[in-house]
Amino acid sequence: MPKDGGIGASSKRREDVRFLTGAGNYTDDINIRGQAHVFFLRSDVAHGTITSINTSAAEAMPGVVKVFTGTDFEAVGGMPCGWQVTDKHGQPMQEPRHPILAHGKVRHVGEPVAAVVAETLEQARDAAEAIELDIAELPAVVDMKAAVAGDAPKVHDDLTSNLCYDWGFVEENKTATDEAFANAAHVTTLELVNNRLVANPMEPRVAVGDYARGTGDSTLYTTSQNPHVIRLLMGAFVLGIPEHKLRVVAPDVGGGFGTKIFHYQEEAFCTFAAKACNRPVKWTSSRSEAFMSDAHGRDHVTKIELALDGNNNFAAIRTETFANMGAYLSTFAPSVPTWLHGTLMAGNYRTPLIYVNVKAVFTNTVPVDAYRGAGRPEATFQLERVIDKAARELGVDPIALRRQNFITEFPYATPVAVEYDTGNYVATMDKLEEMGDLSGFAERRAASEAKGKWRGLGVNCYIEACGIAPSNLVGQLGARAGLYESATVRVNATGGLVVMTGSHSHGQGHETSFAQVVADMIGIDENMVEIVHGDTANAPMGMGTYGSRSLAVGGSAMVRATEKIIAKAKKIASHLLEASESDIELKDGAFSVAGTDKSVAWGDVTLAAYVPHNYPLEEIEPGLEETAFYDPSNFTYPSGAYACEVEVDPDTGKVTIERFTAVDDFGNVVNPMIVTGQVHGGLAQGIGQALLENCAYDENGQLLSASYMDYAMPRADDLPMFSVDHSCQTPCTHNPLGVKGCGEAGAIGSPPSVVNAVVDALQSGGKDVTHIDMPLSPARVWAAMQ
Amino acid sequence: MYNFDVETPGTVADAVAALGRDEAQALGGGQTLIPTLKQRLASPSVLVSLTGVAEMKGVCVGDDGQLCIGGATTHATVASEARAHYAGLAELASHIGDPAVRNRGTIGGSLANNDPSACYPAAALGSGATIVTNARSIAADDYFEGMFSTALDEGEIITEVRFPIPQAANYQKFLQPASRFALVGVFVAKYAEGVRVAVTGASNDGVFRWTEAETALASNFSADAVSGLALSGDDMISDLHGTGDYRAHLVGVMTKRAVAAAA
Ligand SMILES: Cc1cc2nc3c(=O)[nH]c(=O)nc-3n(C[C@H](O)[C@H](O)[C@H](O)COP(=O)(O)OP(=O)(O)OC[C@H]3O[C@@H](n4cnc5c(N)ncnc54)[C@H](O)[C@@H]3O)c2cc1C
Repeated sequence: MPKDGGIGASSKRREDVRFLTGAGNYTDDINIRGQAHVFFLRSDVAHGTITSINTSAAEAMPGVVKVFTGTDFEAVGGMPCGWQVTDKHGQPMQEPRHPILAHGKVRHVGEPVAAVVAETLEQARDAAEAIELDIAELPAVVDMKAAVAGDAPKVHDDLTSNLCYDWGFVEENKTATDEAFANAAHVTTLELVNNRLVANPMEPRVAVGDYARGTGDSTLYTTSQNPHVIRLLMGAFVLGIPEHKLRVVAPDVGGGFGTKIFHYQEEAFCTFAAKACNRPVKWTSSRSEAFMSDAHGRDHVTKIELALDGNNNFAAIRTETFANMGAYLSTFAPSVPTWLHGTLMAGNYRTPLIYVNVKAVFTNTVPVDAYRGAGRPEATFQLERVIDKAARELGVDPIALRRQNFITEFPYATPVAVEYDTGNYVATMDKLEEMGDLSGFAERRAASEAKGKWRGLGVNCYIEACGIAPSNLVGQLGARAGLYESATVRVNATGGLVVMTGSHSHGQGHETSFAQVVADMIGIDENMVEIVHGDTANAPMGMGTYGSRSLAVGGSAMVRATEKIIAKAKKIASHLLEASESDIELKDGAFSVAGTDKSVAWGDVTLAAYVPHNYPLEEIEPGLEETAFYDPSNFTYPSGAYACEVEVDPDTGKVTIERFTAVDDFGNVVNPMIVTGQVHGGLAQGIGQALLENCAYDENGQLLSASYMDYAMPRADDLPMFSVDHSCQTPCTHNPLGVKGCGEAGAIGSPPSVVNAVVDALQSGGKDVTHIDMPLSPARVWAAMQ
Repeated sequence: MYNFDVETPGTVADAVAALGRDEAQALGGGQTLIPTLKQRLASPSVLVSLTGVAEMKGVCVGDDGQLCIGGATTHATVASEARAHYAGLAELASHIGDPAVRNRGTIGGSLANNDPSACYPAAALGSGATIVTNARSIAADDYFEGMFSTALDEGEIITEVRFPIPQAANYQKFLQPASRFALVGVFVAKYAEGVRVAVTGASNDGVFRWTEAETALASNFSADAVSGLALSGDDMISDLHGTGDYRAHLVGVMTKRAVAAAA
C-alpha cells in the first residue's frame, strides 16, 4: 500500500509549486540596488599569446565603470584545484596556474580575457567591442594522443609536457595482471571513445557580487551546488577573504548535473569587482557562453581488454585511458578519471586482477570535470561493452556470461580498493528479465523485421559508488577537502522545525524528501518541517550535492541531529510527565510513559523548551536546536540491470528506442515518485549521450557544437515510455537510513545498453559491426553499415 | 543587440518606402533575424516589420487556380489554411520548427533567407512556384542562387508566393538531430506537365532540382523508378551530422519515400 506520508510515501514535491508558477527565486532574479553589469571579452582562438591589450577606448565609452584585464589579478590566487592525484611514480600531478582573466596566453576558446563593468549589460558589451586585443595565434593542441607526443606544442609553457599525470591503479597488480593476460584462454579487446558532453542545465550560470563598505562583508549569490565549498575555495585560495567576512548564497538553482559544483572565474570576478568598484556586480551567462565556459564532461579515449579463462570466468581486466582535462584543472577534474573511475572497474563481477592506467592530458579546450555520474559512466560503459563483445566472440548469451561472473557474496572487496557492503545482482537481473519481457524479444524482433526494421536487444549491469565519502579515505587519495555533511535542526516553540542542511537542492526535491524523513522520525505532519539550504549564513557547513550523496550523507547528518533533538525532547517530556527518561516513548508526535496512558504532545514539549517555567533547568539548557556532522564510513553501492530495445532503419541508420527497462537497487527509498523522476532524468541524459549529444572541436580548437543548432539535446520524443523499478532493495549497511543514492544511476547505466542494442540490431541485419562510438547518430550508424 | 529603430508600415508601399532608409532591413517573423541581432551578427539601423501589412497575409486560390500565399503569412496559417488545397505544402509547413516558430515565422522570411537546410525552398522549387515581390515576379527556377543567396535586390520584399497545385505531392524531411532542420529534405510534386523533385539540406549550392529523378519519374511515378539512381556526395554538405556521401544516399531514400507517399 502506498503510504500517505513519511518515509516511503510518494509525497508531491512541494518546491514544484514555486518552480512551476514562476515564483522561484533564482540567482538571476536577484537585483541589488545600484548594481552594475559585467560582460566578459572571451578568446575566440584556442591558443595564443596576448601581444597587446588596450582598454583606453573602452574605458571612455558611455556607462563604463571599470575595465579589468589579467594584470588586475596578479596579486590574487588562481582558481584552485580540490584534488591532487599522485602518478604511478609517486609524483604529484602537474598543476598549472589558472588565472581569473587570461594573462600572457589564452588557452581555450571562451577563456575570459578582459571584463567590462558598466551601468548596463549593453553598454558593457559595446565597450568590450572597443577593447583592442591582439593575440598571436599558436598551434592548438586538441587531440589527446597528439598532445602527449614528443613534438606537441605545450598548453602551459611552464609545465614539462601536456601530461597532467600518468596514473596506475593498482600499480602492484600490474605484473600479475599482465601474466593473467598471457595465460588467458580468450582475450577481448575494445577501443572506444566516451564522448565529450556539455551539461546544459536549463538555468545558465549567474553570479552577483556585493560588498558592504560599512562592514567590509562580501556576499556572492551564485548558481552553485555547494555554496560552502565556493566560500572556502574562493575565500581561502583566490581572494583571501576569511569565511566570517564572506557569505555565499545559492538560492533556487535550475539544474546542475555536476557543472555547478566547481568554482568558476566569474564568481571570483564578481566578488572581487564588487569591492573594487564599490557596487554590486552581476553576470548572467548567455547560452553561447555556457557552451564555452561551463566545465564539460566525459571525453575519455580508452582501450580495454578482458581476459577469460577456459570456463568463461573473468580472469583479468586491463585498461588504458586518455582523459581530457581541457586547458586548466577544474575544481575536481583530476579525481574523475582516477578515483571515481578506476575504483569502479570491477563492476558487478568477480575479476581477481584489474589494472587501470589513466593519462590525464591538457588540451586547448574547455576544462572537463564531473558530469552526472562522473567517472562511473566511463567505467561502466567500457566494462559492459567489452563483456558484450566477449559474449559475441565466445558465442555465449551476454546475460548468462554476466550472471556467471556476478559477485554473489557481500561484503566483497574488489581488487580496485573498494568494498561493496551489499547488493543482489541476481535479483535485479531476474527482475529485469521479467519486467522487460526479455523472453518475448524474438517475437518483437520478428514484428520489427516485418516492418523492414532491424531490432536489437542490449542489456547491461552497473555498479556505482555514491554517498561520497569517508573523509579520512579521500584524504589519503588526494582530496583537499573532507566529504562529511552537516545539518542543524531548529525546533521552534510552537513545534515546527527548520532543518538547515549542507546538501543543496537544485531539482532533486530535498525540500520534500528530507522533510519526510524528519517528520517520520518524530511522527508529525511533513508540513511542519521546512528544509533550508543554499546559504552559508544558515547551515554550519556544507560539502554540497553531487555524487548522489545528499540523502546518504546529508540525510544521515539530519537523522543524527534529529536523534539528538528527540533525546533532548524526551528529557523534557520525562520532566513534564514526572517519569524516568528511559520509560519515555515517542510515537505519532506524542511522548508517553511506557505502560501508562500518560502522555504529552510534541508541541507541549517544544513549548516547554522555550517557555521553561516547568523545566529541568539545572540539568539541561532551554531551547531545542541541535547540529550533527556525519562522515560516512564507506561509499554506498547502488547497482542495477538495464535493458534497451532499439529499431534501426536499414535505409538511413536511424535508431529509435522502442523499450527501455531500468531495474535499480537503491537500498531503502524515501520517496518512490522522486526516485522514479531521478531515474527518468538520468536515463534521458544517458540516452542523450548514447544517441545525440556530442561536444566537438575542430583541429584548430574551435568549438563546432557551440549552440543547439549543432549540439543535440534529448527531447521527449527521442525517448520511449520508461519502465522503471526499484523494488529490489538491499539496504546500505552503514548509514542510518539504509539508502544508497539514485541521482546518477540512469546516466551511468543506460549508454552501454543502448550501444549493445544497436550492435545487436546491426548484427541481426547481417552487418558485422562490433562497435560504434557514441553518439550513435544516423550518420555514424549508416557509415558503420557500409 | 545594437540599437535600431522599428517601422511598422500597414501597406506594401509604405514598407518599400521605409526600406529605402539607410541600413534598413525587413523583419518577418524574426525567427532567423532576431537571434542574429542578439548575437550582434547584424546591425541594421531600421527594422521594417512586415507583419502588419494586411495585403501580405493570408492564403487563397487565385483565378488561375494557383495557391497564393501572402509573403507575411506564418507557417501555422499555411499549415491550417492551405491544407484543403495543397496538402503536401500544408504538411511541410506543419513540420517546420516548433509551435512558437510556426506561429511567428513567415514564408517570405524563409524564402528570403534561403537557408540551405530550410523546408520552404524545396516546396517552392519543387512546385515551380512564382515569387512575387513589390517589383516583379520571379520563377522559382531563377530565384534560388545558392546558400543564403537569392535573386532579391536590396530592399525588395516578397509580397506573395504562387504555387501551381499538383496532382500529388509529398515532402520527406530527414531531421538533423540537433536543429531539426532538414539534414536532407526532398519535395516531390507530380503535375500534368511532368514531375519536379527538389532537394534541400544536401548541397553546398543550396536547394536544387534532381533532374535525373524527375525524368525517371515522369514516365513511371513509383519508388522503383528512382532505385537505380544515385547522386555523388562530392558537392554535398559535409559536417558534424553527416558526410556528403551520407547526404547523397539520403536524397535517394527520401525521394523514394516521397514518391511512395505521394503515389
Ligand atoms: C528553433 C527553430 C527551428 C526552425 N526549424 C525550421 C525548420 O525545421 N525548417 C525550416 O525551414 N525553417 C526552420 N526555422 C526557420 C524558420 O522557418 C524561420 O521562420 C525562417 O527561416 C525565417 O522566417 P521569418 O519570418 O522568421 O524571417 P525573419 O527572421 O524575420 O527574417 C529572415 C530574413 O528574411 C528577410 N525577410 C523577412 N521577410 C521578408 C520578406 N517578406 N521579403 C523579403 N525579405 C524578408 C529578413 O530581412 C531577414 O534577412 C526554424 C527556426 C527556429 C528558430
